[in-house]
Amino acid sequence: MSATALPSQRTAGVRSRPRALSKLKKLFFPVAPAYLLMTIPAIVLFTFFIIYPTVQGMFWSFTNYVGYGNWHFIGLANYQAAFADPTIRDSYGFTLLFAVVACLLTNAVAMALAIALNAKIKWRAGFRTIFFMPMVLSGLVVSYIFTFIIGTSVPIIAGAIHFAPLESSILANQHTAWLGIVFVASWVAIPGAIIIYLAGLVSIPNEVYEAASIDGASAWKQFQRMTFPLLFPFFIINTILTFKAFLNVYDICVGLTGGGPGTATTSVAQTIFSGFFTGDYAYQMANAVIFFIITLFFALFQLSVIRRRGGSL
Amino acid sequence: MATQVTTPPPVAAPRIRARRPRPIPEGGRVNWGLTIVIAIVSLVVLIPLYFAIAMALKSPAQTGTGTGFNFPWPMHWGNFRAAWDLTNTPLAFSMSLLITVIAVAGEIFVSSLAAWAIVRNWGHWQFRATFVYLLLALFIPFPVVALPQVKLMAAIGLANPFGVAILHIMFQLAFNVLLFSAYIRSIPGELEESARMDGCTTWQVYRKLVLPLLAPIAATVGIFAFLQSWNDFMMPQLITANPKYQTLPVVQYLFQDQFTTNFNVAFASYLMALLPTLVVFLIAQRWVVSGIMRGSIK
Repeated sequence: MSATALPSQRTAGVRSRPRALSKLKKLFFPVAPAYLLMTIPAIVLFTFFIIYPTVQGMFWSFTNYVGYGNWHFIGLANYQAAFADPTIRDSYGFTLLFAVVACLLTNAVAMALAIALNAKIKWRAGFRTIFFMPMVLSGLVVSYIFTFIIGTSVPIIAGAIHFAPLESSILANQHTAWLGIVFVASWVAIPGAIIIYLAGLVSIPNEVYEAASIDGASAWKQFQRMTFPLLFPFFIINTILTFKAFLNVYDICVGLTGGGPGTATTSVAQTIFSGFFTGDYAYQMANAVIFFIITLFFALFQLSVIRRRGGSL
Repeated sequence: MATQVTTPPPVAAPRIRARRPRPIPEGGRVNWGLTIVIAIVSLVVLIPLYFAIAMALKSPAQTGTGTGFNFPWPMHWGNFRAAWDLTNTPLAFSMSLLITVIAVAGEIFVSSLAAWAIVRNWGHWQFRATFVYLLLALFIPFPVVALPQVKLMAAIGLANPFGVAILHIMFQLAFNVLLFSAYIRSIPGELEESARMDGCTTWQVYRKLVLPLLAPIAATVGIFAFLQSWNDFMMPQLITANPKYQTLPVVQYLFQDQFTTNFNVAFASYLMALLPTLVVFLIAQRWVVSGIMRGSIK
């Protein structure tokens, strides 16, 4: 700690103490004590509840700890095993595929709906309310409702009209179950994305469109050349927000399929939590560290995008 | 399928001097074609909700082996009573409410204090370092720390709703400090200086001057906190040890096995779990929407 490189004292206050003492005081209490009382609780609680368990988890990931009792270091063995474990690999495969597809679907639908909800339509406020509603609903409970609709009602209807692909529940088929999760997760996430796109659309001055239609630009051209480029920053925000949320998908998998059939829709979060019940405590901590590195990668990517766009995302 | 809406709305394009088809603020003609498309697409939201209500108002015999979409007649309000008693809804409701209230108050209080102190002392490296340190949480989602954290909470006697509320506050801290500090930067410091001249202590400045000025952004933080804490399933499920003290969403999960014998009671229970946020949203829609706008774009 370099004591002397402190910025000059700007806070008002008369000091008439011995120099050394005041220097020491400046280093540790450079401002009014009230300010320290405001930040220190946040720092202490944050360190204790978030940073400490994070570091602890990283530590356990190099051991053979099972959650209790004796343990010893086993180096990178957990990591090697995790990379070779088909259950873990599949959970990453499912989670990443789900996150990418759901993110694209959410953004495409939300952008289209936002443009439509911003247009001159009848009962605009009412339609907005309807489309915003799923946002406030519990993902788990929504999943339970859809489990019945997709698993029971849709096959009956499909059977009645002889529509073969949906005659059996898509949730019971390990190749199609993930589509159900994409649908429900997007259903819940689309309203939030619509709101952000609407904020973007409102900021586009109407004269731009007037000028374009006078020049004879078709509606599609207007979208391609004007609306989409102007909405692009909001597209970036939405992509980052939804993708990060989808990576941590948990409630919808639990509610809709329970991770099944088999382990076809078991997300990374679910796999990590299984460490509680299977005794793979340290092993799943290694998995959590791998997941952390992946999350970190996306977060840093997000920061670089924000910085490139002038820090005002 | 709804993606098709992206294509230009079927508006009177070829007509001479057609109004521009997209964002028409005031005036202009109603775009009926688009209205019909939107009305049809809105069924994707409305049908599941109708379905849940219809199911909750039927007897098992009325559901039978049908699709469940038929209109519930005569209505069986008794399902709500049965669900209420079966899952002990009042207790679960209180637990959800307790966690939500603590989280909302705590998030606003802890993060606004920290953000204000940080912004007003930005000249000191200690505060800049604190800011960066707190932002670390943006990179740590719950699944990453879940295993050691659950053990920690159990070890210090917080494997209960209070612990869940504390963790909600902690996990949102980074984002909230970010929101508050961006907002505080836009408030000129001169106001506070003059209050100090008049003899206010730092705490008084915060309480009497800063906190009222922060009301709009505090509302944003509060709305996020409310929705997240009320709907959270992951943390209460893993942190709270005693199933008796579980929140509404977790209770739905715990009773899933008993529900399979009577889907109608299950749906009544689902509806009761969904209703509070839906009601709050319908009443306070303007604030919720503008709060989310402000929160996500900052």
